Amino acid sequence: MAQVAKKILVLYAHPSQERSEINTPLFKTTQLQPNVTAVDLYGEYPTFRINIDREQQRLRDHDIVVFMFPLYWYSTPAILKEWQDLVLEYNFAYGAKGKTLCGKTFLCALSAGGSESAYCEEGYNHFSLRELLRPLEQMANLTGMNFLAPFALFCARTASEENRVDTHVQKWIRTLRALSEDRFDIEFAQSLEKLNGHLDQLIREH
Amino acid sequence: MTAYFIQAFIYLCAAVIAVPIAKRLGLGSVLGYLMAGVVIGPIIGLVGAETNTLQHFAEFGVVMMLFLVGLELEPKMLWNMRNKLIGLGGLQVGLSTLVVMGIALSFNYGWSIALTVGMIFSLSSTAIVLQTFNEKSLTKTEGGKNAFSVLLFQDIAVIPMLAFIPLLALPELVEKAQSVTQSAAEHHDELSLVAGLPGWAYGIVVLMAIASVVVGGHYLSRPLFRYVASSGLREIFTATALMLVIGIAALMSLVGLSPALGTFLAGVVLANSEFRHELESNIEPFKGLLLGLFFITVGAGINFDVLLSHIGPVMAMTSGVILIKASVLLVLAFIFKIRGSDRWLFALSLAQAGEFGFVLLSYTVQNHVITNELAQLLSLVVAISMFLTPGLFILFDKVILPRYEKNENTREPDDIDEKGTVIIAGVGRFGQIVNRLLVTNGVKTIVLDHEVQQVENLRKINTKSYYGDATQPDLLHTAGIEQAKMLVIAIDDPERAVGLVEYIKHTYPHIIIMARAFDRRHLYRLRNAGADFMVSETFHSALNLGKHALIRLGVHPFKAEQQRATFYETETTHKDTLYEAWKQFTEDDKYLVHYRDMFIQLEETLSAAMKDERYRSFSKVERSWTPPPKENHTEFSKAESD
Repeated sequence: MAQVAKKILVLYAHPSQERSEINTPLFKTTQLQPNVTAVDLYGEYPTFRINIDREQQRLRDHDIVVFMFPLYWYSTPAILKEWQDLVLEYNFAYGAKGKTLCGKTFLCALSAGGSESAYCEEGYNHFSLRELLRPLEQMANLTGMNFLAPFALFCARTASEENRVDTHVQKWIRTLRALSEDRFDIEFAQSLEKLNGHLDQLIREH
Repeated sequence: MTAYFIQAFIYLCAAVIAVPIAKRLGLGSVLGYLMAGVVIGPIIGLVGAETNTLQHFAEFGVVMMLFLVGLELEPKMLWNMRNKLIGLGGLQVGLSTLVVMGIALSFNYGWSIALTVGMIFSLSSTAIVLQTFNEKSLTKTEGGKNAFSVLLFQDIAVIPMLAFIPLLALPELVEKAQSVTQSAAEHHDELSLVAGLPGWAYGIVVLMAIASVVVGGHYLSRPLFRYVASSGLREIFTATALMLVIGIAALMSLVGLSPALGTFLAGVVLANSEFRHELESNIEPFKGLLLGLFFITVGAGINFDVLLSHIGPVMAMTSGVILIKASVLLVLAFIFKIRGSDRWLFALSLAQAGEFGFVLLSYTVQNHVITNELAQLLSLVVAISMFLTPGLFILFDKVILPRYEKNENTREPDDIDEKGTVIIAGVGRFGQIVNRLLVTNGVKTIVLDHEVQQVENLRKINTKSYYGDATQPDLLHTAGIEQAKMLVIAIDDPERAVGLVEYIKHTYPHIIIMARAFDRRHLYRLRNAGADFMVSETFHSALNLGKHALIRLGVHPFKAEQQRATFYETETTHKDTLYEAWKQFTEDDKYLVHYRDMFIQLEETLSAAMKDERYRSFSKVERSWTPPPKENHTEFSKAESD
């Protein structure tokens, strides 16, 4: 039964953390988890001068990569895009010799302002969250990573007032533990729209 | 002359021995001084006759203390305190006086004597309480603040009391006195401007005196200090500060007002002045010594003969006074919603009688309100209650506070967002910008500079700045270095900057030091001295100009910015090796060559880094986004838009 725990790299991007109600508490709890390296990208690179070597080494050292962010204009905050542009180099992440990320797992932990009903064909956002994350899904595909459905919180602006933050954080911690201890049904997770609501099916208890 | 030396030596010697012992035992310095006084006075009998004279001299310590208290209180703060000052203070003095008076009446004293005794015991000891608050850093607590407003009211209330007491004179005492010492009394009358003036004229003179302190303090002090400061002589500044305090005390005495109140007023007027901290650091040592002397004389003045023959009544009265005052204070604390341990601090700290009690006592005897024998007993009660005060503080510390701490610890910490105060030493071209950035971000700064002109200019644009030499420990102390979180060193003198870092890191290791360096070597020296962050004053502006030069020469602005950043990062990654090399060669000259080699190596890395950026599409050091090679374009089409 004894097996090596999987190492999780959480790349957190939030440009105004003093106003954050969900992501910062989520990140702070994440930092305390075992086998998790939690990186505050805006904190580490306030001028966007990303240290490519350091970031590539981090990727090599971990098995699971997480982007943690609030959804901005149907995408990540700018520094995560800059991180992709600089760190995922040719012959590192893709290309003939670029096999570093192959076999790793990738997922997003994000918050969205709109309600879940807004993120569908009939809703005002027209696309589902998973559809909007297609560029990231394809990034995972090209680099050989397994793309899991997002772990998402909708209606994020009122979550704090409605006391939804704590349960969200608890669910996230449960997900992280299961991922690290390899008790997570990766295949099923790839097929879903989002992870929330399916945790009991996804996670094998001890 | 010899006698003076010997006496001064005895006093100092007693203080030097007793105070550190008391402090080490956790009793506070006040009790130490009192003990020293008891030992050299009544017990060994080394001193005696002169304590009374000395006490008058030492009371000047109280005057200086109130000046310093005034300096801490801006007029606005004083105004904000007005409700507590009058409500809490007024009720405390009024109720305590009435209760004591009632008890005295029940012992069949005449009403005038009872009232006088009530007034004497209603006052508390500003000297002991404020000194102890300072030592135990209780000044900022709720209990401490409320106690302070009561003390302040008492100090003001002394004046009407002094005016009122002559009206209570007992006819038979007056007659007796007049027949004995009529002529002598006339000659011993103190120098006074107001003797023999009618009531209305007296009022005018008093008003004029107060007005002259306020107006003079506001308009004349600044030019005077500026003139003195520009001479650059520290001791003359000290002399000016002393002159000011003594002058005001003299003026107030001349018109029959309390010197303590006058200097307090002057202090408030100067609280906004840029010279405030310099004044404080100059007056502080005098105040400390004189107050110490004052406490010694209280101890030495205890008359053991009278005490032993009346031990029962004196002890009963002392505990009575403390009990009555503490209960009155507790009731007030309840009414004014002072909660928790603060309520007890408030009640216990003010339960003693005070030094103004002595003043009132001698005044009442002079004015034939009470008999000499009674006055002797009462002054024993005052002295012993003062003597017991440190004990009450110990009771608070050891018994009451622990009981409340358990409850209060469960509360959330209050000042979690408090960023802490930053002291900025030097506000020339450099410090000014630092200050502006911090202040506009809501950080509380205290700015110190030794250029009067600089300080004045900053004051014009509403920056709180103070005159003084920031490398003087005294000034840093009065500016609150103990409570500060950070010190920004931006002074012009490289040597003193290094000295300041060493001093601060040695004395207050918890303070973060941000230092401006002149050049690379100065930066190393600051780092070696323990500074937490250093920056060469010209480095970033030169880099910035260099970047704009590149832009004007046709380099794309984004590219130029990348090159600037690369330059900076290369410097940063090499700073440790260069620093180590520098440290070796300062110890041993032969490493100079080594240091030069390191420096040349830095230059080489630098130009390599720059070229990497420019010519190699796939570099190892620093890079921006690089397109995949063209040959595999179709297969791995990451760069669709390329």
